[in-house]
Amino acid sequence: MKRLAKWRLISLFAVLALVLSGCGEPFLSTLKPAGEVADMQYDLMKLSTLIMVGVIVIVVIIFVLILVRFRRKDDKIPKQVEGSHKLEIIWTVVPILLLLILAVPTVSATFKLADVSAVDKKNSKAIVINVRSHLYWWDFEYPGQKIVTGQELVVPTNEKVYFNLKSLDVKHSFWIPAVGGKLDTNTENINKFWLEFDDKRANDAGNLFYGKCAELCGPSHALMDFKVKAISRDKFDSWVTAMQGVKDPIKAEGAVAAQGQEIFNKSCIGCHAVTPANNMPDSARIAPNLTNFGDRARIAGILDHDKKNLKKWISNPETYKPGNLMTGKYPKMTDEQLDALAEYLMGLKVQE
Amino acid sequence: MSTYSQKKGFGATLWDFLTTVDHKKIAILYLIAGGFFFLVGGLEAIFIRIQLAVPNNDFVSAGLFNEIITMHGTTMIFLAAMPLVFAFMNAVMPLQIGARDVAFPFVNALGFWLFFFGGVFLNLSWFLGGAPDAGWTSYASLAIASKGHGVDFYLLGLQISGIGTLIGGINFLVTIINMRAPGMTYMRMPLFTWTTFVTSALILFAFPPLTVGLVLMMFDRLFGANFFEVSMGGNTVIWEHLFWIFGHPEVYILILPAFGIFSEIFPIFSRKRLFGYSSMVFATVLIGFLGFMVWAHHMFTTGLGPVANAIFAVATMAIGVPTGIKIFNWLLTMWGGSVKFTTPMHWALAFIPSFLAGGVTGVMLASAAADYQYHDTYFVVAHFHYVIVGGVVFAVFAGTHLYWPKMFGTMLNEVLGKITFWLFFIGFHLTFFIQHFLGLWGMPRRVFTYLPGQGLSASNMVSSVGAAFMGVAVIVMLLNIIITSVKNVKVGNDPWGDGRTLEWSIPSPPPFYNFKQLPLVRGLDAYWLEKMDGKKGMTPAEPLGDIHMPNSSFLPFMMSLGLFIAAFGAMYHVDKEPWALPLMIFGLLVTFGSMFMRSVKDDHGFHIHKEDLIDDDEKGVKA
Repeated sequence: MKRLAKWRLISLFAVLALVLSGCGEPFLSTLKPAGEVADMQYDLMKLSTLIMVGVIVIVVIIFVLILVRFRRKDDKIPKQVEGSHKLEIIWTVVPILLLLILAVPTVSATFKLADVSAVDKKNSKAIVINVRSHLYWWDFEYPGQKIVTGQELVVPTNEKVYFNLKSLDVKHSFWIPAVGGKLDTNTENINKFWLEFDDKRANDAGNLFYGKCAELCGPSHALMDFKVKAISRDKFDSWVTAMQGVKDPIKAEGAVAAQGQEIFNKSCIGCHAVTPANNMPDSARIAPNLTNFGDRARIAGILDHDKKNLKKWISNPETYKPGNLMTGKYPKMTDEQLDALAEYLMGLKVQE
Repeated sequence: MSTYSQKKGFGATLWDFLTTVDHKKIAILYLIAGGFFFLVGGLEAIFIRIQLAVPNNDFVSAGLFNEIITMHGTTMIFLAAMPLVFAFMNAVMPLQIGARDVAFPFVNALGFWLFFFGGVFLNLSWFLGGAPDAGWTSYASLAIASKGHGVDFYLLGLQISGIGTLIGGINFLVTIINMRAPGMTYMRMPLFTWTTFVTSALILFAFPPLTVGLVLMMFDRLFGANFFEVSMGGNTVIWEHLFWIFGHPEVYILILPAFGIFSEIFPIFSRKRLFGYSSMVFATVLIGFLGFMVWAHHMFTTGLGPVANAIFAVATMAIGVPTGIKIFNWLLTMWGGSVKFTTPMHWALAFIPSFLAGGVTGVMLASAAADYQYHDTYFVVAHFHYVIVGGVVFAVFAGTHLYWPKMFGTMLNEVLGKITFWLFFIGFHLTFFIQHFLGLWGMPRRVFTYLPGQGLSASNMVSSVGAAFMGVAVIVMLLNIIITSVKNVKVGNDPWGDGRTLEWSIPSPPPFYNFKQLPLVRGLDAYWLEKMDGKKGMTPAEPLGDIHMPNSSFLPFMMSLGLFIAAFGAMYHVDKEPWALPLMIFGLLVTFGSMFMRSVKDDHGFHIHKEDLIDDDEKGVKA
């Protein structure tokens, strides 16, 4: 008897493990929520799933009973039933009640998620980030800190971070699945919302969340990823200070890198800034800011961050992001030039 | 039955179909054209699943993939599902209300040819520089930015086929209001007729917003207007509203007739009248009404603000109630019945759990705050395939098997039918169930590929394997049709044995005038009532007399062809082609010339004389 119980326990764990492994990756899955917003949404998911599974169970029971009991056995004509007021009232009223149970938390959560009033308060210390989406890359401006970065968002954990979203070409949608639902970046207006990144669970996810574009925007829609580095407030502050400290482009170290900087200043700097100051309007920032490129986790949001990939990317971006706007904007580079550029760009770090 | 028994050459048959105004032949045209586009859209679906089977696949390029998904969606909705549904409406609805044809047979033919030429125009984009690539929703900022003529094909093709759908809808409305047989009151109409009625009303109100949207975008792209050009003061969110004010009713336009078909199947094969008929009618009307109140739930993430999102969330949840009523009524129709497991009944039974799964995810999606997570992910893809495939496509398969004898006079093979069913059913759930999870795990929709290492690879492979099952199922179905047509074993009036409504009281296929004498309808399930009283057929409501029938006409074909030609002219006019403007004028001349001819030439139709009808009787009505 005891043995049986043990077996039951083991199989229970097996099922549990299966379910948990079925929750996706912690840096990407909405089923592994890592912040207040994602938690609220996950709770709504669970509530609605629970109600709906209840409905499904009832229907399936009736359905199976019918399959078993009412197969045609003889040629008799069954009684022609018109209907039943009692039953019909039951299956009208009960669903209405079930939906009310879902509607109330839905409405309350909808209003809560849209509440960005904290930003407008006097002397607000809230972190605000202006997100600007472009064909296949993301521009992040911190107006309060007066710095700009691209492709890799850096945020403090355990506090509300407010976002102002807009697109500068076609419509995109800003989504960090593990941290909260998406909001579109429209072309005509600024959309606002907030997210919160939980410190402990950000650690579990390796402090690096995946962000996605969720609105079809052209050939490379699938590759318009960005990354979110969620770090404690202290680390965030020191990152901001380090960024603010870069008044002039970081000087290259070593001969090869210096050669790379020269090439960069000739061919790339027209589009890519290497200082973080936000003194240009958003529409003038036509390519990702590369101030801290060496610190980042991916090249172009998708490729592993190493020199080999960087050289491949610069020599032919079209293969990696079809339809991107970088292709053809600069002269073809020799291998030697690519080496130098890669050396220089990888050295662009604000933090050790 | 002389028209059917005579052997005709291919040319004569073709001419017959090009000029026909007979609702039964137009139904066959809709079935063939819709079936063809269904195969095209299905092939596109297979390509999508091959591309997504493994991460970083390069079966198709990124740009081509966007063309394929756009055309898959557009084709399946506008050119496959709608015409197939129209096929059954045309084939069955006039018979169900005891009419000899629709109210405007000429317009009926015109509706078909407009749809057909619109669909052909859209699909020619594949051969003329590339298909549209902005998604079937064609959101304005992307559509305006799209290069080449792809989106122009979308705009003009849908414009043309949209006119066809709209006049088809109006025609059905007038038919149901005016042409019911004596005794066929509204509350005695079969449920398929009711859903046709409500669907047609939805078409009447939903297609104009689409037309407006398409016209605005057409002016932007072809004639330099700036309705959606933000830098010139345009607004792209307007397009989203216009599209979804059409787009949401559109899904009910598709699903209501599907409900209608299943509402016929459950009573027939349970030998029991539809449970709660009046609440079914009420629920249908309510769904139709609420269908117009919820469009913004497609735009929860557009940033309309919490007030709008909350209102639309609650309104959307409300639709769950009438839909639930329907599900329980169907279940209770079978309860206590005598259920026979024919092929149509297989589809109908499978529809209940499949559609229910799609329905409950619909309620989940209605929860606005949670929808921010679901929106534009594979969760949504799974949801709408569960309702559209599990609802509409299942209904089309069910209807094809159910009404095949009524339309063609032969029975599709039941064994092959069940093989089709099981393959498709398994493939369907294999493909789409896992997609709910893909979405929740963070996979956006409309992605041409995905990177490895995100936990998405194995599930995508499962999904692709499922698609192959569905592909095989469709091939078996085609084989079934070929075998059945070659064998050509004719069947009688009521081949399923348990027909309840008027269409089963007349020969299969019916004579071109449908009813020799209009039947007298004594209640719901008119034919069943007569059978239960021991009668063989309907009691006539009128003495045998001359029947007035419309003449065939080639003009509907010409009117539609003219617009088709003019659309090419309008499109290439942008490229400053010297021949474009003359071509457009020529096309419009063909259309307006045909309309002029229709207006000035009197066409009173013809009469079938009483004596000929009696002759038909003596020869034995069976074809």
